Amino acid sequence: MRQPDPKAEILARRAELVAGLRHILPERAVIEDRISLKPYETDGLSAYRQTPLAVVLPETEAEIVAVMKFCAAHGVRVIPRGAGTSLSGGALPLADAVVVGMMRMNRILDINYADRYAVVQPGVTNIGITNAVADEGFFYAPDPSSQLACMIGGNVGMNSGGAHCLKYGVTANNLLGLRLVTIEGEVLEIGGTHCDAAGYDWLGLITGAEGQLGILTEVTVRILRSPEGARAMLAGFATNEIAGECVDAIISSGIIPVALEFMDRPAIHACEAFAHAGYPLNAEALLIIEVEGSEEEQTAMLGRIREICERFNPVSMRVSETAEESAAIWKGRKGAFGAIGRISPDYLCMDGTIPTSRLPEVLRRIEEMSASYGLQVANIFHAGDGNLHPLIMFDANDPASFARAEAFGADILTLCVEVGGCLTGEHGVGIEKRDLMTKQFTKPELDQMRRIKSAFDPDWLLNPAKVFPL
Amino acid sequence: MMPQTEAELAGLVMDAAGPLLVQGNGTKSAMLRPVQAAQTLSTKAMSGITLYAPNELVMSARAGTPLAEIEEALAAHNQQLVAEPSHLFGAEQTIGGVVGANMSGPRRISGGAMRDHVLGVRLVNGSGEILNFGGRVLKNVTGLDVAKLVTGSFGTLAVMTEITFKVAPRSEATGTLVLPGLDAKAAVKALSAGLGSPFCVSGAAYVPATQTAYLRIEEFAPSVTYRCQALAKQLGGGEVLGTEASLELWRDIRDCKMLPPGDALWRVSVAPSAGPAVLEAVAAQGVSGFLDWGGGLVWLAGPATQEAHDAVCAAARAAHGVWWLMRGPEALRAAVDVLPPESAALAALRRRVQQSFDPRGIFNPLKLQAA
Repeated sequence: MRQPDPKAEILARRAELVAGLRHILPERAVIEDRISLKPYETDGLSAYRQTPLAVVLPETEAEIVAVMKFCAAHGVRVIPRGAGTSLSGGALPLADAVVVGMMRMNRILDINYADRYAVVQPGVTNIGITNAVADEGFFYAPDPSSQLACMIGGNVGMNSGGAHCLKYGVTANNLLGLRLVTIEGEVLEIGGTHCDAAGYDWLGLITGAEGQLGILTEVTVRILRSPEGARAMLAGFATNEIAGECVDAIISSGIIPVALEFMDRPAIHACEAFAHAGYPLNAEALLIIEVEGSEEEQTAMLGRIREICERFNPVSMRVSETAEESAAIWKGRKGAFGAIGRISPDYLCMDGTIPTSRLPEVLRRIEEMSASYGLQVANIFHAGDGNLHPLIMFDANDPASFARAEAFGADILTLCVEVGGCLTGEHGVGIEKRDLMTKQFTKPELDQMRRIKSAFDPDWLLNPAKVFPL
Repeated sequence: MMPQTEAELAGLVMDAAGPLLVQGNGTKSAMLRPVQAAQTLSTKAMSGITLYAPNELVMSARAGTPLAEIEEALAAHNQQLVAEPSHLFGAEQTIGGVVGANMSGPRRISGGAMRDHVLGVRLVNGSGEILNFGGRVLKNVTGLDVAKLVTGSFGTLAVMTEITFKVAPRSEATGTLVLPGLDAKAAVKALSAGLGSPFCVSGAAYVPATQTAYLRIEEFAPSVTYRCQALAKQLGGGEVLGTEASLELWRDIRDCKMLPPGDALWRVSVAPSAGPAVLEAVAAQGVSGFLDWGGGLVWLAGPATQEAHDAVCAAARAAHGVWWLMRGPEALRAAVDVLPPESAALAALRRRVQQSFDPRGIFNPLKLQAA
């Protein structure tokens, strides 16, 4: 992946720039020594590494304003960073850039149960919001697999989804307002605590903009009352096609389960070895289906879904009887990345979305590619919404293996676009898919997006060399 | 001008010598600020559903497709638009107009707004370029979300030619818990309790004229029965309406049938608990209305006077909310802040973004401009 050349003039002025940052920030907010910079040189896409010029860890909005004004005045590039869990390299530094880490802006500022919102700083973890409101029976809905670590600021940046967004939507659908500092140091108040905002949908534009437009300092999220209960079931099928037909039949019946997850054979085996969730090892494809409601409602709904599944001759079917069983089922699915990590030294997690009816064909093509690249792949799929996560296994110590894995991934994403889908459903473009953007967008379309970016960041100092092809 | 095709529309935009009034069927032309334009560019001749995959919960339609046609096609597969757009502006409104105005009905409180369900748009920008953003899949974070930015932009950025949106199954049954004899504050408290319950309330409205609050459940039939009873128990009783009566009631709420007559019409969006204060603050000016979205959406009607409008703005501002002048005589709409003025920084940003789409400033100039 080609990166822009660092500005020699900035590198040459490093000592002076760090001194300048120290002047406007408290002592402990500036990191510059090589060893302390180490943790910031990569993110969840660990195949890429780059030590930044410096890291700053602001604690207030005023400090972020000061950093932005300073960087804009000196032409210094700025990389926003949450927990660094991006799978697309969204927080990868550049040698001449200052990383702005959000981990010290981690306070919950307000919780309002009557109006059902919480105001939080961007460094609060995703699960931290739910934990703060759980005692009152509420939760924050989007649940990316990394929810224990990832921060709401990063979730907004990437418009993160999760396994339950079939019912509850993604991050963009669960926000009411935010505060954004532009590269010029202006603070924009977007939305509020009400549902519809006046004027343009800035909230919608900024969410998922991958840090291209500004740095968040506050996020107002909707909180929801938790359902009375939830229960999952497993249904294993003889082929991917049959499992796909079963998904169609469930949706066509008017049932939208809270989650509808699909795993192929390699994923089933890897996750079962890791979680011992009782996944059927004789199935080619497995569906995890979850419903919510009272005990009686769960039983009735799972009964309807069972009837549908039975029409497709499942090789196995099991409804969890207890909360522990449901938890074990989800442990397998949410631990899928770790499970693959046990059987392969490294993996790339892809994130295309496809029209759900094209699933069997896409999985067949991926299998053919797997054979021709000589790399194993396991597929995990949010079947209700078409979001496919092929996990490509490779060995990062072998440069040839890594190159093949990247080419394989690019072929999969190109295929997703060809069948009517898109390059990324919930992980973002980052650096990983930057050069594939031309597969999905024409030059005039990319140029229109670039002009929007320029309206916020005229000198392209914010998170450069991501999203847009160089 | 009523182009039949996207290419023709793009040609007209390129050749336009001055400002254009961009619209579908023009049903919302008395909304927000009047547009001064020599020519009208309508998408109504570009009509028809281009894709409908019920099992993938997705539909695409050309911008000029009447909302009624879309709702009929969905109903044939027992599906619906999640955002439940109001028919207040007539059955002739087009999907382009509904999306351009980001119109959402009662279900917005649980299912999200129109903007939450727009998956992709094809559009023509002010330079006459035909562009496609988003797509037809339910999850998509590829590049900037231009589809969301254009949704609710009232034709001031680009002319949408085709829209792809998420649809959902209609529920098997609908029930409504009716709570009579409540003042606005007590009603919103009850609505908040309902929306904060685990029963997935999908509509929460209050009509001051009859002092009645309504809570809607849309689920499979046994769940509707169970949840309405559970809600009634939690909120201290109340009559439960069955499916037929509920569907009619919520159609009326969606279409603002309980709105008193008035020459001017406003929409105010606030945090739900602030709804009663807005009602109270505008009453002295002869402005009244009802609450939807658990109290967070205030529909108001009243005299088309500067005083009435100022009262609405002041009430919305005091509640940290926003307003839209949704209907009114041209003179009033030209003279007042039809929506809240932005901060200087946001106004400058809006101008730059507008320019990035429409460098000559020809699309619906000043439509979204405060006085």
